[in-house]
Amino acid sequence: MSGKRVLMQGNEACVEGALAAGMRFYAGYPITPSTEIAELSALRLPVLGGHFIQMEDEIGSMAAVIGASVAGTKAMTATSGPGFSLKQENIGYAAMAEVPCVIVNVQRVGPSTGMPTSTAQGDIMQCRWGTHGDHPVITIAPSSVSEVYTEIIRAFNLSEKYRVPVIFLMDETVGHMREGIEIPDPDSYQVIDRAMPDKKGDNWRPFAVDSEKDVPKLPPFGMGWRYHITGLTHDERGYPTSSPEKSAAFISRLMNKLALNRDDIISCDSYMLEDADIAVICIGSIGRSAKEAVNRARAKGIKAGVFRPVTVWPFPDKEVTELAKKVKRIVVAEQNCGQIVLEVERCVRGACPVTFKGKANGSMLMPDEILAAIEGGEN
Amino acid sequence: MDPLVKKYFRQDMLPHIYCPGCGHGTLMKDLVKAVDNLGLEKDQVCVVSGIGCSSRSAGYMDFNTIHTTHGRAIAVATGIKLAKPELRVIVITGDGDATAIGGNHFIHAARRNIDMAVLVFNNNIYGMTGGQYSPTTPMGDFGTTAPYGSIDPSFDIPTLAKAAGATFVARGTVFHTAKTIRLMERAILHKGFSVIDCMSVCPTYYGRKNKKGDAADMIRWQRDHCVDSADAKLMSPDELEDKLIIGETFHRNRAEYTSDYQELIDRCKGGAQ
Ligand SMILES: Cc1ncc(C[n+]2csc(CCOP(=O)(O)OP(=O)(O)O)c2C)c(N)n1
Ligand code: SF4
Repeated sequence: MSGKRVLMQGNEACVEGALAAGMRFYAGYPITPSTEIAELSALRLPVLGGHFIQMEDEIGSMAAVIGASVAGTKAMTATSGPGFSLKQENIGYAAMAEVPCVIVNVQRVGPSTGMPTSTAQGDIMQCRWGTHGDHPVITIAPSSVSEVYTEIIRAFNLSEKYRVPVIFLMDETVGHMREGIEIPDPDSYQVIDRAMPDKKGDNWRPFAVDSEKDVPKLPPFGMGWRYHITGLTHDERGYPTSSPEKSAAFISRLMNKLALNRDDIISCDSYMLEDADIAVICIGSIGRSAKEAVNRARAKGIKAGVFRPVTVWPFPDKEVTELAKKVKRIVVAEQNCGQIVLEVERCVRGACPVTFKGKANGSMLMPDEILAAIEGGEN
Repeated sequence: MDPLVKKYFRQDMLPHIYCPGCGHGTLMKDLVKAVDNLGLEKDQVCVVSGIGCSSRSAGYMDFNTIHTTHGRAIAVATGIKLAKPELRVIVITGDGDATAIGGNHFIHAARRNIDMAVLVFNNNIYGMTGGQYSPTTPMGDFGTTAPYGSIDPSFDIPTLAKAAGATFVARGTVFHTAKTIRLMERAILHKGFSVIDCMSVCPTYYGRKNKKGDAADMIRWQRDHCVDSADAKLMSPDELEDKLIIGETFHRNRAEYTSDYQELIDRCKGGAQ
């Protein structure tokens, strides 16, 4: 299929990109507006020798994904709001036990059942803090169908490289949008596979690393490396511990695994920021409205630009701090009652004023609404 | 040292957390004995557990072991088995883990008849959290959350497993070690979803709350009140009144999930798609 131009839906691109990244296991439970991802996975996986299973609920889906990954298969699940809430405990388990996996969340309006077929971006903070306790997590938010394809590949790569759950945060707009896209040639991107331990010494400690920047090399089950995996705080052998010293070392390593590699993980999109006085910060599909708003502002002589974190977590904090020093004002546009704006304000630290433009009624934030915020009308 | 302990247990993880007299330790040893009798390669054995005193046993054994979240062992095991069908997947779970919080996964995995041996270490109580009543606490019995005696009817795990579609169902006990080991061997070899209701004892909570005496008294009760399923067929309901039926209670062969999935793959790969 590669090199070809095709008309594709965001949810379809998510599956095709995942397959290109090596996804061979999918477990899920149907929920709008993510269901096409399950349907296409069910169609495509067995043909490639992979497995699709419709589990009894989202808790089981997340658990089965963890199991498949522990057995060495690249695994994914997809869901939306209510299902994403149910997956949280096992997402925390994947973070704790360092099990690579990708969780797609095609956002719809919440809370609760909300508006199942309407677009929203209300789960941004849930991606970061949805499961209990301090934990590392990566979240990527694509804004177009072609970006869905390339970024889901990156999501799998980061997941395998850093052994963390990666949340692929789409929204209904991106999921259901159809666009003509160029299927990238496999030579144009990298596919990262799981690192294996070098050799099995007598005193192999599966979770030991040389520096906190490193990631433990845990082999799949059944390859001759017998070890223990647990969601309890554990030592380098993987054995449960309640020692404050070992626990401190553990959480420090777990958090620093991403913190020390943030430059490799963070990716941002900039549009017309070079000479901008006003920067619009947004994620996902709102990037499209924001670019159009900036075009309209420029036509009126207002120097505006767009800064869009593609990696939402870890949040591009340094980048936003730098941006705030260069522009006169920042507008944060998002489809919720104010989530990214909290991070932006934290990073701006008063260096420039921040205007929030939110919308959470299920309809898309339109270019003119963002333009009004750029022009300073609304707060 | 017992050669079985030396061969199958992670020495550096011992001693275990179990209270003196806890039945879970005996059942854990029964399992390694069954694996040993079958001559399975340790590398090919995968033990998946949930959360609870029972589920802690996974970590002590030198297999591919994973201690998951409360109730989810069977769902994790489903992913492992599908991704690597050549692994011998054994689930260790508790009565609460398997039939309360994990009840949904239990019945659906049984319905699929996916190949795994599920060993429920059933002590009729939530041990780990300190003695709250569980779905297998007999009606009228006490727990810290049933201070007036439980008014909840209880599950009979073999009946539940059979109704949901399990294809090998049995009950063992801490007292009947030889029989329980034999049942574990058969459950592991059986191609399909096998369930053994392994009657454990929790002297610390269930025993104390219900005045069942010490561990020896509780195990003696098992000796005096169990009837093999074959013998039970010849007994009247009156004779069976205060008895616990042990041994194999159900066994039949039907299509197994991972094999069927492999057939599906072969069909898809062969056909146009
Ligand atoms: C989601 C969740 N809820 C509750 C708990 C607390 N918890 C830990 S073990 C347990 C009960 C275990 O009982 P059982 O499965 O019968 O095993 P036993 O300890 O008796 O062997 C509970 C409720 C938990 N760890 N996770
Ligand atoms: S509390 Fe009960 S089940 Fe848990 S270790 Fe003690 S005796 Fe065993």
